[in-house]
Amino acid sequence: MADFINGWWSIAIAWVVVISMLACGVLLWSQSKIKVKVGTDGKPLPVETTGHVWDGDLRENNNPLPGWWMKLFYGTIIFSFAYLLLYGGLGSYKGLLGWSQVSEYEEELKAGDTLYGPLFQKFMTMDIPTVAKDPQALEIGERLFLNTCAQCHGSDAQGVKGYPNLTDKDWLYGGDPQTILTTLHEGRSGFMPPMAGAVGNADDVLNVANYVLSLSGSTHDAAKAQLGKPKFAACAACHGEDGKGMQAMGAPNLADKIWLYGGLDSIIESINKGRKNLMPAYKGIIDDDKLHLLAAYVWSLSNNPSNSTQTPAANDSASKTLASPSNK
Amino acid sequence: MKNEPGKKVEYQEIEQSLFETQKKIYPRTISGYYANVRWFMVWFTQILFFGTAWLTWNDRQAVLFDLAARKFYIFGLVFWPQDFIYLAVALIISALLLFLVTAVAGRVFCGYACPQSVYTEIFMWIERKIEGDRPARIKLDQLSCPSPRRIALKAAKHSAWIAFSLWTGFTFVGYFTPIHTLTQEVVNFSLGPWQLFWILFYGLATYGNAGWMREQVCKYMCPYARFQSAMFDKDTLTVTYDASQGEKRGSRAKKADYKSLGLGTCIDCSICVQVCPTGIDIRNGLQYECIGCALCIDACNQVMDKMEYPRGLIRYTTEHALTEKLDRHGIVQRMMRPRILIYTGILTLIILVTALSVTLRSPLKFDVIRDRGLPRVTEDGSIYNVYRLQIMNTDEQPRNYVIEVSGIPGATIISDSEFEMPAATTKVIPARVMVPADAAKKGSNKIIFVVRDRDNAAVSVAEKAAFLIPR
Repeated sequence: MADFINGWWSIAIAWVVVISMLACGVLLWSQSKIKVKVGTDGKPLPVETTGHVWDGDLRENNNPLPGWWMKLFYGTIIFSFAYLLLYGGLGSYKGLLGWSQVSEYEEELKAGDTLYGPLFQKFMTMDIPTVAKDPQALEIGERLFLNTCAQCHGSDAQGVKGYPNLTDKDWLYGGDPQTILTTLHEGRSGFMPPMAGAVGNADDVLNVANYVLSLSGSTHDAAKAQLGKPKFAACAACHGEDGKGMQAMGAPNLADKIWLYGGLDSIIESINKGRKNLMPAYKGIIDDDKLHLLAAYVWSLSNNPSNSTQTPAANDSASKTLASPSNK
Repeated sequence: MKNEPGKKVEYQEIEQSLFETQKKIYPRTISGYYANVRWFMVWFTQILFFGTAWLTWNDRQAVLFDLAARKFYIFGLVFWPQDFIYLAVALIISALLLFLVTAVAGRVFCGYACPQSVYTEIFMWIERKIEGDRPARIKLDQLSCPSPRRIALKAAKHSAWIAFSLWTGFTFVGYFTPIHTLTQEVVNFSLGPWQLFWILFYGLATYGNAGWMREQVCKYMCPYARFQSAMFDKDTLTVTYDASQGEKRGSRAKKADYKSLGLGTCIDCSICVQVCPTGIDIRNGLQYECIGCALCIDACNQVMDKMEYPRGLIRYTTEHALTEKLDRHGIVQRMMRPRILIYTGILTLIILVTALSVTLRSPLKFDVIRDRGLPRVTEDGSIYNVYRLQIMNTDEQPRNYVIEVSGIPGATIISDSEFEMPAATTKVIPARVMVPADAAKKGSNKIIFVVRDRDNAAVSVAEKAAFLIPR
């Protein structure tokens, strides 16, 4: 392909374009006059034709177009030269105006920023809990959330298996405004190594899984849980002796009924294969002022009793009913 | 010079341009019945166009096409992009109306209501007031050197034309941005670049089309003239020269007995050609250039009156009326032909259905989209699906809506199911639906969302969606 990108092609194409445009003009000029037959007195014959005859008797009558019509054709040729001069298009020539789709797009972005910038700037100067009390900010935040976050966390922000619920008080990395903002900016990379080797054989894994279930008082086999308790030492490094997790490294609390991968089978799978979760970093993808609003919206979901879209009653009952295999 | 032996017709070949230079037409003023109808239509259409923009309705402009907000206000009605079908219907109605009117009475639209004719008429009036009638205008243009008087008159005419054009452009843009705001912007010189562009563009189009192009638009640009023959039949009323009365044409003394001279009533005064805005001779029969303005009828009747001959040498009549000598009653009777009845029938039907549909239009539109994530299953086995409800209140009043679900026994909405929609807004409402364990089969189940107005039982819309239960 590199052969096509060198300067020779650009010049060759430019010449083809210019010659074609000039040829159009020549064609127009040469074809706008025609020989017609008229009487010896100079007056037209009864039927004025262009002299073209097809199939023996099919004649083309001469119904001339108005002159301004032909001038319009010349006009288009002049226009094309002016256009190519101003906007480029002759080979790699960029044009006097230097216009491009990218520059157009960037200008539109800039225009949008000047239009909406002050609004976002106003919220940037307020701290997140204050922003979270502003109905307009929440409305913008909700729209940003639906556009960007809802694909994983759900339109109601309550998450699904593997994706945390953002409306409850249980947080993997902490739910204070600053931590939420950090999560949005830097992203999070949750990693649990496969632990089967450290725990023991398949029976040990089953026992530990039952013990994990017992921590939150979920349905479990008490005898197996008892057997699994000593083996849990392998997990305690991250999840803590009491299984209450460690927010500093995003190790989930296993002692509540809020699960990212809940249910006995999923827990066994987690121990055997480990888990790898990723929350993407949005710094640079979404502007800081918008992330600020998003953080305020997310924080408001679990902290703002007046938040219109999520009533506290609905939140509480939902988090309770959703206690088992769903979310966090 | 080329002569072929044995042929009687002698001819020569000359080189000729394939393109015609535009011949300037200087229509003569005429008064009479059809000229009055024309002027009535000029006033009617222009009061409608220039006036409607200033009307107010419900504290907003009565007719406003708000492109930026994609809301189109026509008096009490608000149309959204979702109502696009009504634009299509409006175009269908216009087309059928054109077919019907053309089949009955020829190109009366061209003659009396087409903006091209109406603005040309207005521009010719201005021209006449400044430069004088036909002979004066011809004389003015024949002056070889530009005299100060000629320059002054031309400058005055073009200034008046441009002023009128700009006002037209301003009014046109006033249908797309509120005209009161636009007025202030014009007064303060703070017009946006696009408003300025469209005012100038539309103004320039008016000036060019009505001042310079005139009949050229009808002859070369407008497709209607070209398919008139497909819409005409032998019972269509057209402006017709009655050759059986008029021929043989020729000049004569007013007192002379033309019949004994072997002449018809046409005195070949060419007034009918002079008044024609497209510059044709109606005595050559029906031509595609004829816009059906009937000014030649007025002109000819005046001449006939002066000559004390019967009126109607040129008149609105049909081909059959001439060949079969039908009287007025006969022509009206022929109007009731299948073509006309079918057009009228279809037109009435479409108008009725559209009117009904517009009146019964629901102010509520909504759409359901299921979240793409997996369903949630709780410890007790109940299943949750999350949906996004895109809800539109197209009304100019705020409304209170309630969401309900049905289709699966025990399905309930576990999120806010009542909400207020401000006037003319769109909102996305997340809705979480819970279905108890074993209430439905595994896989996809049909679920029905109903959004209804809490205060008005008539407003209620149902939408289908899928409820997923994991296998």
